[in-house]
Amino acid sequence: MKEPIQKVLHYIAIELVVYAILAIAYFCLVLQFLGTWLAELFHEQRIYYVVASVLLMTGQAIGLERLVTGLSHIIRSGKK
Amino acid sequence: MFFPISGVHINPLLLGILGLVIGILGGFFGVGGSFLSGPSLFSLGMPYNFVVGTDLIHIVGKSIVAARQHRILGHIDLKLAMAMVVGTLVGSETGVDAIEALKRSGEVNLVVGLTAIAVFTGISIFGAWESWQALRKSRATPSDADGQKKDILVFDRLAKLFHGLPLPPRISLKQSGIARISIWSIVLVSYIGGFFSGFLGGGAGYIRMPAMVYLLGIPTHIAVGTDLFEIIISAGYGAIRHAMNGNVDILVALVMHTGAAVGAQLGARLTQYFSGPWIRLAFAPLPLLGAIMVATTLITSHHS
Repeated sequence: MKEPIQKVLHYIAIELVVYAILAIAYFCLVLQFLGTWLAELFHEQRIYYVVASVLLMTGQAIGLERLVTGLSHIIRSGKK
Repeated sequence: MFFPISGVHINPLLLGILGLVIGILGGFFGVGGSFLSGPSLFSLGMPYNFVVGTDLIHIVGKSIVAARQHRILGHIDLKLAMAMVVGTLVGSETGVDAIEALKRSGEVNLVVGLTAIAVFTGISIFGAWESWQALRKSRATPSDADGQKKDILVFDRLAKLFHGLPLPPRISLKQSGIARISIWSIVLVSYIGGFFSGFLGGGAGYIRMPAMVYLLGIPTHIAVGTDLFEIIISAGYGAIRHAMNGNVDILVALVMHTGAAVGAQLGARLTQYFSGPWIRLAFAPLPLLGAIMVATTLITSHHS
């Protein structure tokens, strides 16, 4: 059964704030630790760069989707 | 912040916010959002070759998130999606070949630009008219148990024509509520989507989503979810090709995707609260926005 839209928007606002903090920490880490390595791969070993790019994007997509879903469950169960 | 692969300085927060907006649009409408992200990345100072490739790989990540969410909601017809893959890839190749042929003739910008304006404007006007008529008609029909209006299609003549195509093999699409349809109808529609993906760039959801609704008669929610699945295939294929040619800055794409991941989930969840005609009506101005952006680029590059 669908929840009322006002309730959903309220949860979304909380999720966005928590997620933004985690996302900022995450992309600082990614840029810090992977930036130089990926730039070297890009210039020197293009095939490995392509493989790494596809794996990183797919892994991040699945990981962040689980994170957002998990956050959503935690916030909703906390509110109930 | 400096991004060493493309050699540009971009504020990562801007990238995250841009990703969030595009993610919401993508999750809600089943489009890649390249008509918005492409010009935005370009205006942030990224070279155009990197804009195209980086945008494509970011679209792949965002579409994975949104498609997973739509799958949970039961909005993906996997049989339809699989039947569309070949047409999408072959169409995409034809579109890229057409671009190469136009490059040789020296008229690529003008022809692609005018085609994009004509296609985007046509989709916008037709979509706005049809969804408005469908909304008027749906007011007279009762809501279902969830308080949701039934997905009404006013202009279903082309869908009937496509359903009636007698060419074998004919398959049934239970998830989409279609008893029998020729696989060639599906291949043709996916080929058109793939062609425009290769010809105009991006995942071509702005073509494929309405084409699935108006030509194949797929319910809007299923068309949105299934289109996202197709975008993963078409944009993924394009992204790998561009990455091989050195046109992808994965760091920019990853940062943008942190915003897009949450936006895509939110957009997908919000589709539950709107009926098919409302989603189609809200979608109508988006291609027009793309047409305005292309027209502006054509005019400014003509004068420069």
